[in-house]
Amino acid sequence: MNDTPDYDVVVVGGGNAALCAALAARRAGARVVVLERAPRHFRGGNSRHTRNFRCLHTTPGQYLTGTYTEDEFLSDLRSVNGGPIDESLARMAIQQSATCPEWMAREGVRFQAALHGTLQLGRTNLFFLGGGKALMNTYYASAERLGIDTFYDADVVDLRIAKGRFESVDVQIGGRRHTIRAASAVIASGGFEANLEWLREAWGEVAENFIIRGTPYNTGVPLKRMLEAGAQQIGDPRECHAIAVDARAPKFDGGIVTRLDCIPFGIVVNSEGHRFYDEGEEVWPKRYAIWGKLIARQPAQIAYSIVDAKTADSFMPSVFPPIVANSIGELARLLTLEPATLAATVETFNGAVRPGTLNPSALDDCRTEGLSPNKTHWAQRLDTPPYWAYPLRPGITFTYLGLKVDAHTRVLMSDGQPAANVYAAGEVMAGNILLKGYLAGFGMTIGTVFGRIAGEEAARHAVR
Amino acid sequence: MLSDDLVQHGQHVLTVCNACRYCEQYCPVFPALEKRRTFGAADLTYLANLCHNCGECLYACQFAPPHEFGINVPSLLADVRTRSYEAHAWPPVLGRAFRRNGFRTGLAALALVFSALLLATLANGQAIVSSDGSADFYGVIPHGVMVTTFGAVSIFVLVALTISGVRFWRDAHPDALGHGTGVGPAVGDALTLRHLHGSGSDCTSNLEVRMPWRRWFHHCTFYGFGLCFASTTVAAFYHSVLGWHAPYAYSSLPVLLGAAGGFGLLAGPLGLAALRQTRDPALGQEDARGLDSLFLALLFLTSLTGLALLVLRHSQAMGILLVVHLAVVLVLLLTLPYGKFVHGLYRVLALIRYHREDGDD
Repeated sequence: MNDTPDYDVVVVGGGNAALCAALAARRAGARVVVLERAPRHFRGGNSRHTRNFRCLHTTPGQYLTGTYTEDEFLSDLRSVNGGPIDESLARMAIQQSATCPEWMAREGVRFQAALHGTLQLGRTNLFFLGGGKALMNTYYASAERLGIDTFYDADVVDLRIAKGRFESVDVQIGGRRHTIRAASAVIASGGFEANLEWLREAWGEVAENFIIRGTPYNTGVPLKRMLEAGAQQIGDPRECHAIAVDARAPKFDGGIVTRLDCIPFGIVVNSEGHRFYDEGEEVWPKRYAIWGKLIARQPAQIAYSIVDAKTADSFMPSVFPPIVANSIGELARLLTLEPATLAATVETFNGAVRPGTLNPSALDDCRTEGLSPNKTHWAQRLDTPPYWAYPLRPGITFTYLGLKVDAHTRVLMSDGQPAANVYAAGEVMAGNILLKGYLAGFGMTIGTVFGRIAGEEAARHAVR
Repeated sequence: MLSDDLVQHGQHVLTVCNACRYCEQYCPVFPALEKRRTFGAADLTYLANLCHNCGECLYACQFAPPHEFGINVPSLLADVRTRSYEAHAWPPVLGRAFRRNGFRTGLAALALVFSALLLATLANGQAIVSSDGSADFYGVIPHGVMVTTFGAVSIFVLVALTISGVRFWRDAHPDALGHGTGVGPAVGDALTLRHLHGSGSDCTSNLEVRMPWRRWFHHCTFYGFGLCFASTTVAAFYHSVLGWHAPYAYSSLPVLLGAAGGFGLLAGPLGLAALRQTRDPALGQEDARGLDSLFLALLFLTSLTGLALLVLRHSQAMGILLVVHLAVVLVLLLTLPYGKFVHGLYRVLALIRYHREDGDD
């Protein structure tokens, strides 16, 4: 029997981190195969739905305004994390993010200035022209030119790892099972947010009502196999990035268009017709990511954002039409809420609104007094019909549970030793840096930086 | 003009686009749609005529089929565009004739015009077959006849195009526009095909690959057409003002302009037709009625017969070549208001509107 492996590097996954790893490994001279679980149309994991990445820069550039220093980046990261992080890995991600744009441009990636409506990110985040799918198309085209073998519909069913050493991967491609041997492996298969069973284990029955914003292909099988093979786990299985999405969104893959930006402009009630959280606590970019979990804790995991005609044009249009009524009672009936309760909630809220000067782009002085909870900014009476409502559900973007890695992205095994030839990049190891909370575009930074490192390290190990 | 189903589908597609906006820096379609919250037939028509059908936004779309949202902007706007050409054609009866099968109608018109010209010439006792080598075009078809025929057809075409353009402009509800005329930047965009390489490099033209060919072949066609038009104009000036009569020497301005334009009109339409063969069908039915192919074929034939006439003008074939050439040109003119030519008119009008909404001068 021939002992030569089929490839130098096998990359498990097909998103941003996977392709960065594959390209870096190939450019380092390795023979590389990419195993993407999705069909070609849906390739690219959740990176398909992204549109920018967060990037250190010390001078303004063609597409980035101002500067974004290491200290500021790190303090932004600390402020969302709420817990100790691996600072050396975090600093690596931040420092090396500065070198990414040039590397990406060499692979053919094109950039653009910040989009309308996302101008607050124009200084910190570099936008991909056309968004994440365009980015992934570019990487796949580059991979093809460089002679990287890519298999779509490649469902990894097992990873053979003995004593911290990767031997082969069993993969089902088009109904046939193959064993692919490689000198090293990069695990870049994302989280488990599309694995409903796993979500149920972590969250219980409430997980039934979660909407998965991204790819249905992230079921976390390679992650689970690695943990079973003795890899160290990092992160809490209940931690996830979850926002409020329109309850009418598809179960999977609704992407960016199902989000709702109307919450700060009105009130949010649960299925019992009661408010449950300060809708105006902070500017929306700093608060949108808590609303998924807030709604997950409400009865039946549903809530309703209600605005009136005064503010109907103040937020990004939604892909679903609002539910419209000319009175609060009629609206309650349309939402199948108890009309008397909703009317009382609105009346109490209106009575508590203090006079102020509305300023949607700053923490203004429009607030309520004497409510529990109060609305601390942008509080305006709901008194101008027609009233608009949007039903809300928790929409999971990604999970944090992952593989612990060292500075070379080698997967750490339970004995504390790094695996000999297994590397991890992207969402599957993001928990090393993010325990919870999120900075826009940081997932792509992690994927790009650690994808490149993992690819280079895996290639170095293989062709040594 | 647009079916309810098409408008409804368009509203669905553009509502998703408006909530996403990832494509906003590909071309003017997206900034223009972001200025709207609802999309009626007029909005769809306007956006459709801003679209160059390049495919960037389809390939970049995370909601493209087979995603359940089924977002395919190029295909949607191609359908709307085809309908908008039909809806604004004047007189409507001719628009309808071309709507059924543009290519066949065009060929029939060509046969008819050719026969009529031939018969008229023969009936007049002109020497069609036995040309004496003097390249005396007016010996075949008298100058007066040529001027009257082409003058009448040209006036008709101008009237038809003007009415179509005015109706198109009105249907797009041009009230509530910003400042400035928008004409300068719009014409600049059109002459440079700016939006076919709008984001710094070329667009994906007919496949998921970026190539400059569509832009270059279009330039060959457009500027070839322009040079041929210039050649005819100079020749008319020579004839009627200076009293210099055809045939003109190979080194003369009309011949130089016409030959240069003629080569452009050979290469351009041929290239565009070739690109059509490898076109990704997902980008939609741009040529649902065969009108694109008809326009390209007539441009190519105009040039081919014109150049043949130039080379063979001292041969015996001159007479018949002249009749063929004039028949082709006449049919090309007659079909201008009903075929692909109108995209130039509507595109420029849509771009003017776009720049006005933006407040450009």
